[in-house]
Amino acid sequence: MSSTSNRKFLQRQRIYDSFFQNITKFFAFLVLATLLGIIISLIIGAMPSIKQFGFNFLINDSWDPVKKDFGAWSPILGTLITSFIALFIGVPVSFGIALFLTELSPLWMRRPLGIAVELLAGIPSIIYGMWGLFVFAPFFSDYLQPHIIEHIGSIPLIGLLFTGAPMGIGMFTAGLILSIMVIPYISSVMRDVFELVPTMYKESAYGLGATTWEVVRYVVLPYTKTGVVGGIMLGLGRALGETMAVTFVIGNAHDIKASLFMPGTSIASALANEFTEADGVLYTSALIELGLILFGITFVVLTLSKILLLQLRKAEGSQS
Amino acid sequence: MQQVGMQSKISVKGLNFYYGNFHALKNVCFNVPAGAVTAFIGPSGCGKSTLLRTFNRMYELYPKLRAEGEILLDGQNILAQDVDLNLLRARVGMVFQKPTPFPMSIYDNVTFGVKLYEKLSRSQLDERVEWALKKAALWDEVKDKLKQSGYSLSGGQQQRLCIARAIAQRPDVLLLDEPTSALDPISTAHIEELIHELKSEYTIVIVTHNMQQAARVSDYTAYMYLGELIEFDLTDTIFTKPSKTQTEDYITGRFG
Repeated sequence: MSSTSNRKFLQRQRIYDSFFQNITKFFAFLVLATLLGIIISLIIGAMPSIKQFGFNFLINDSWDPVKKDFGAWSPILGTLITSFIALFIGVPVSFGIALFLTELSPLWMRRPLGIAVELLAGIPSIIYGMWGLFVFAPFFSDYLQPHIIEHIGSIPLIGLLFTGAPMGIGMFTAGLILSIMVIPYISSVMRDVFELVPTMYKESAYGLGATTWEVVRYVVLPYTKTGVVGGIMLGLGRALGETMAVTFVIGNAHDIKASLFMPGTSIASALANEFTEADGVLYTSALIELGLILFGITFVVLTLSKILLLQLRKAEGSQS
Repeated sequence: MQQVGMQSKISVKGLNFYYGNFHALKNVCFNVPAGAVTAFIGPSGCGKSTLLRTFNRMYELYPKLRAEGEILLDGQNILAQDVDLNLLRARVGMVFQKPTPFPMSIYDNVTFGVKLYEKLSRSQLDERVEWALKKAALWDEVKDKLKQSGYSLSGGQQQRLCIARAIAQRPDVLLLDEPTSALDPISTAHIEELIHELKSEYTIVIVTHNMQQAARVSDYTAYMYLGELIEFDLTDTIFTKPSKTQTEDYITGRFG
């Protein structure tokens, strides 16, 4: 090959290379632009409401389309409470699942169980919502709720959370459905990080005569704490933003009640329910501001989880 | 295979070990002498680690692994079904190829095994920690930073911490599975010195890839090949006039 054709060849290579580089760069920036675009359009859309209510929007608990008085406190509280219930139930269950799958389960059960957990994550949320409303809520109100109200409702303080009529739907049911939805996420992350623990560490603890629980409590959990927290954050992110399933079962009432058995609302379910009937600029704008707040909450949660996962990776690097 | 005048701590009788269908140990018979260092040498995959891991039944953690035969620890068959694995492992300490400090302070690392089986007061625990760390020749280096993480130590110090953790439990037997394979020569020398110090009180079994190490630290040596115990004798005898040519070939580096 002559030197000129060789040079041409190399030149062409370089052009292809830079073309490829630029096109991938373009795609990457497209993501960033979309993100910024969404934030900006949310802010613009929310402007009338921000101007009208200011900071008060966050702590005002009234939501009155007739009087045009809107406040986000009730949906914010509903979002946080249902997500908290979801984690309160989901985290221990996920921990148990992950523990069984990594430490205790016989080998032949591991794959089918692991796949079942992953499939649970793949069920569309509307199915959870329908199941919650048509199957779980009637069952819950007929068989479980009356007993809970009767027995736990009479305990001072805690009892306040479990009073009211057994309707089946409400904050508690929404939290419960959410917990089923976050379990696959949290448990698969936990399973993955538990598997990261070097066998030799576990054997060292077993070698000192530790039981499985002691090995998990004192070696596996401390070793994987950042990853475990990251997994919980991932589940929390999902619980905060979940719309369909919550809309079905939360009851959609802009009220703040002490009892978890009473209907409430969450940001996502308020948006889903009310966007079609929002008349007037202010109503629409208040809903958009709700969206902005949800965006803010999830953004904070996901950022925290990313930071934690980064730390996990760093820790792995320094120990190898 | 006669060892005159020695008292045996562990008697291995007709031991066979299987990884599923793979026959990893074939009819192994010998006695581990008490209060001495016994080294297992042999090429990779010969079964020396497998043999070591039958002494605390570590293999029970994994499915499809099984041992047949008898291993008598002070006359009691530890392969029997009714043996409590946790208690057995508290009696038989183990140290691994790489240092495995737990994600906790140096102090908590040493007391980890102790707390599992003994109820001691704070001052008794303090004493035990000091005693174990002194035994492991680590006390002077860490006495001012017992609250620091075990990870803050160097590799060699971490391995001595693991030895301290094992002996803090006052086991009868100490199993060392290539304890210096991840360490530099100076740390290795420290550990070897330590093994020498400890053998008066413990029965020590060490697996090593390094024949010089076996020659330096052990009183008895077992040469294994393809799951069989080829020769077991005093280390001096094994390294100077082995009775089998196979052993001699390995020792002199003509093979392996």
